Amino acid sequence: MNAKTNPNARPIIDVRGVWKRFGTVDVLKGIDLAIRKSEVTCIIGPSGSGKSTLLRCIAFLEEYSEGEIYIEGELLGFALEGGRRRRVSDAEVARVRRNIGFVFQQFNLWPHMTALENVAMPLKLARGIPREDATKRARAMLDKVGLTNRAEAYPSQLSGGQQQRVGIARALAMEPHIMLFDEPTSALDPELVGEVLQVMRDLASEGMTMAVVTHEMGFAAQVADTVVFIDHGVIAASGSPEQVFRREENPRLRQFLQNYFERNVFWQTTDEVPAP
Amino acid sequence: MFNTAIIVKSLPMLLEASVWTVVYSLTSVAIGFCIGTLMCAAGLSQSRPMRALAAFYVSFFRGVPLLVQLLISYYCLPLIGVNVPSSVAAVGTLALCTGAYIAEILRGGFLGIPAGLIEAARMVGLNRVQILTRIEVPMAVRFTLPSLVNETTMMVKASSLISVVGVLELTRLAQNIATSTFQPLEIYLTAGAIYFLINGAITLAGDFAESRFRVEKAR
Repeated sequence: MNAKTNPNARPIIDVRGVWKRFGTVDVLKGIDLAIRKSEVTCIIGPSGSGKSTLLRCIAFLEEYSEGEIYIEGELLGFALEGGRRRRVSDAEVARVRRNIGFVFQQFNLWPHMTALENVAMPLKLARGIPREDATKRARAMLDKVGLTNRAEAYPSQLSGGQQQRVGIARALAMEPHIMLFDEPTSALDPELVGEVLQVMRDLASEGMTMAVVTHEMGFAAQVADTVVFIDHGVIAASGSPEQVFRREENPRLRQFLQNYFERNVFWQTTDEVPAP
Repeated sequence: MFNTAIIVKSLPMLLEASVWTVVYSLTSVAIGFCIGTLMCAAGLSQSRPMRALAAFYVSFFRGVPLLVQLLISYYCLPLIGVNVPSSVAAVGTLALCTGAYIAEILRGGFLGIPAGLIEAARMVGLNRVQILTRIEVPMAVRFTLPSLVNETTMMVKASSLISVVGVLELTRLAQNIATSTFQPLEIYLTAGAIYFLINGAITLAGDFAESRFRVEKAR
């Protein structure tokens, strides 16, 4: 039994009873989720269900209101003192999440830097890697995402799909242990989705631990080890893709998938179903 | 009678003095930019005392005439035991004053930066200072470049005020020559032309920077 399927392996990310409130609105209501090494976890659910908020809590881009999130065994964002939790310093947060890579829906490349600088600058500043080595590693990362020839381009000169691949290269350059993807293809024109998903597939097959918030059900079905369906701030269903997509009977999930399939019904009625 | 000979004769001295005008005004803009960045960051920070400090700073230096500020620093600094050359005190006052305006200019630029760019920087482990210097300031400068160039030209002109506290620069020298030669019209016209040319050069430099930044936006 390898690490991938061993339920006893210690999770890289362990979310325990996490609540998140914005004012008086409960967005997450007691989330428990464990992500183990080399697992791909796809998080699906309707808009506003809290799936992006969960991912942002795991990255501590949002402070969670209750519960605990452990990153490789370390409590994220807080210290427990006599049963009470205290917010730790930004530097300590940065230390605990140093092995998390994050890919944003809107790419969030820095527009005043070239693709290469976007990838190399954090290596120099956050990791203290000498300029030449940082540039070399940044080039290798751009090669990996298929952008060898676009290193000197500014973000505005790149297509959405290329920008997102730079975003992935920037995160990968920091040699993360886990990659979080927040709807990485939702801002892309349909014809550009494929190139980004291909990079993610390659990553998954190399054994990268990944958590992906997505509306790409095909990707989830093919690549995920675990699919998690979030609805109204709770995990309403989770399991293997087979389990969640075919056997799970939760009515909210069935409704959600029904809507998804109806949008794509055209492909099911023609002979020209595109290859997956 | 318009006396061109006096212009030709005093031009070398006026040009030499205009070097000081450039040095004083650009130095104060450079220092003022650093002050303005810090005050802008303070004004947008989470901390209430920091915001109060920034608000007080900006309201004082925008609310009191620069001439009065210069006179205050000229007469008050020695009283509290600070003995620095009047040129240093004058440049310091100019810097403090332009810092308040630059803080307000940059504020608009800072607020225009998408939050996601800062989040991306945090996620790759940049610290607060690195985010400020590598992401926020470069982007805010790009957003606000025309206003910053404008403020710089204003400071070149405002530097003429430091002549009242006995600092030698273009206006002060022009006054000296005018009173000793009794040819004020020719001398002040020449001084005005030099100010005009200095600001023309600054505007050109601003246009050049803007065209460089446009590369980043090109499709």
